[in-house]
Amino acid sequence: MRQFDTKSKAIWTVVGAIGALLAVSALAFSLSSARSGATVAYADPIPSVTSLPEVRGEEYAVLTAPPHVPDPITRNHATRVIVELETIEQDMELAPGVTYNMWTFGGTVPGSFIRVREGDLVEFRLRNRHDSTVPHNIDLHAVSGPGGGAKASLTMPGHETVFEFRALHPGLYVYHCATAPVGLHVANGMYGLILVEPREGMKPVDREYYVMQSEFYTDSGFNEQGHHPFSMERALAENPSYVLFNGHTEALMGENALGANVGETIRLFVGNGGPNLASSFHVIGAVLDNVYPEGGTVANHNVQTTLVPAGGSAITEFRVNVPGDLILVDHSIFRAFNKGALGTIAVSGEDKLGIFSGQLDNRPYDPPTAHQH
Amino acid sequence: MVRLAALLLIFPLPLTSAAQAGVEGAGDPRAGLAAAAPTAVVRGGSYVPLYSPESGAVTVEPFRMDRYPVTRGDFVAFVASNPRWRRSQVPGVFADSRYLSDWSGDLEPGDRLDAPVTHVSWFAARAYCTWVGKRLPRVDEWEFAARADETRTDAMGDRSHKARILQLYTQRRTPLPPVGSTFRNLYGIHDMHGLAWEWVLDFNTVTAADDSRGGDRKDGQLYCAAGADGATDREDYAAFLRYAFRSTLQGTTTSAVLGFRCAADLE
Repeated sequence: MRQFDTKSKAIWTVVGAIGALLAVSALAFSLSSARSGATVAYADPIPSVTSLPEVRGEEYAVLTAPPHVPDPITRNHATRVIVELETIEQDMELAPGVTYNMWTFGGTVPGSFIRVREGDLVEFRLRNRHDSTVPHNIDLHAVSGPGGGAKASLTMPGHETVFEFRALHPGLYVYHCATAPVGLHVANGMYGLILVEPREGMKPVDREYYVMQSEFYTDSGFNEQGHHPFSMERALAENPSYVLFNGHTEALMGENALGANVGETIRLFVGNGGPNLASSFHVIGAVLDNVYPEGGTVANHNVQTTLVPAGGSAITEFRVNVPGDLILVDHSIFRAFNKGALGTIAVSGEDKLGIFSGQLDNRPYDPPTAHQH
Repeated sequence: MVRLAALLLIFPLPLTSAAQAGVEGAGDPRAGLAAAAPTAVVRGGSYVPLYSPESGAVTVEPFRMDRYPVTRGDFVAFVASNPRWRRSQVPGVFADSRYLSDWSGDLEPGDRLDAPVTHVSWFAARAYCTWVGKRLPRVDEWEFAARADETRTDAMGDRSHKARILQLYTQRRTPLPPVGSTFRNLYGIHDMHGLAWEWVLDFNTVTAADDSRGGDRKDGQLYCAAGADGATDREDYAAFLRYAFRSTLQGTTTSAVLGFRCAADLE
């Protein structure tokens, strides 16, 4: 807004200087008043980085495996945050009895959750485990710089690379491997989320969870038992055999369901690793009170289904009002029913009959009689 | 160091130590064994590299290449005859600190003598090949020979063969199994895919970008080093993996999954 005001003032100065020339000044006035009108579209300022916050002290980032999220940041100043992340290649399950050679950040799919604060100077140390077969790197969408860090972090097996970036923008960001061929590295499981908490912090909630959707292209049908390799053909056709939350058909099902109690507030950090499909993210049995679409800072409210693009995210917040299971799905629904995109939040507590009754009756009713036709 | 390696390629100055090593090893019966490692003749031809000037074909002259990667057993003979290439004595400018780090001592590779030697630098690999009277294969030679399957000199136009190679790469395991564990191609060469990565003489002349999607151009080379942009076959994922791996290397680099084999000109 500041830039706009300056420009407007300058125009008025010009108007004053040529005030004696009536015709000209009238023209100038009409132009300037159009430009200084009260309503301006697309008027949000584009911030400039004039001064970086002072970095005080240093700490090691606590990384968590999904569905867990590191504790909120309590610092009120920027610091140097050291992130140590290791890429690990290993066979892992996609479903019970189905294995795939996963490439991971930190040994899990999705990779470790990273939490820093706006203004932090992040020292990123990427290690590629000695028994890895290929080089890896990392592109964090939170980074302002070439490749999101990919260029600076290309790491061969048995090596460690280090680069630094300033977390300029608050929000929830995807990170992923970007080594050639990038599609293969992502298809094999190399993605995760980094949260840059705004300087002001985030409103406390009762529970925070990390849920990330992604799809897998095996040379097999869904749930076909055994070890299966990547299918180039399926990947090019964008026709996955699996669409999953947190890398496994059962990652958020049964005893792995996310827990909550009636009345609690839940914040889901939702990501989509892709590599190809956008997600129609939906929680069956709940309305999302707050959604920060695409992981940005503007809230939408009372949302049923939010679109999470491949390589994008959403922060969703809602209160669980009644007991029972809430089901997470990709509402592009064949993916949920046939390809595994299912999760559960198991809500415990007392019934709230004023909000939801459950079934009250189940009775036959008479068909219409013939003479009514 | 990359530059130095490139210079060595263009002006193949023998490394002093390697040249001396050849003399030292001459009388060693084990050197004879290593030199006698079976080779296969690769009839020349042309092929289109993954990154190619103007996407054109490159001609490869006929050459000989080892049928198997150099093994731990072969390499212990080399370091026995050439003390300066022992783990405790190799200078840092010729090998990084992980050189032969999976051995228990200078002359003790432990078991798995038939497995490919790994944790060797380009300088060491090059010195070994010189010692046995050979040289490292050039990248075009290696890539050309690697296009063969059991029955065809160039199987890479076959999608199912491409898929098979990619599968071999992603099924690799450490510790590495003995040489000869993966398929023998038309030329009689084993283990081109699916055992270990292999050094080539000019490993650093063509590289995939460190960020595979960008538009980097390196040193004004003819290729665009973006992963896909500039590539001649966007579906040859196995080749992308090889080029990406080579792009991480320096002459001193060693890795648990990187070995080598030797080649020679046809007389």
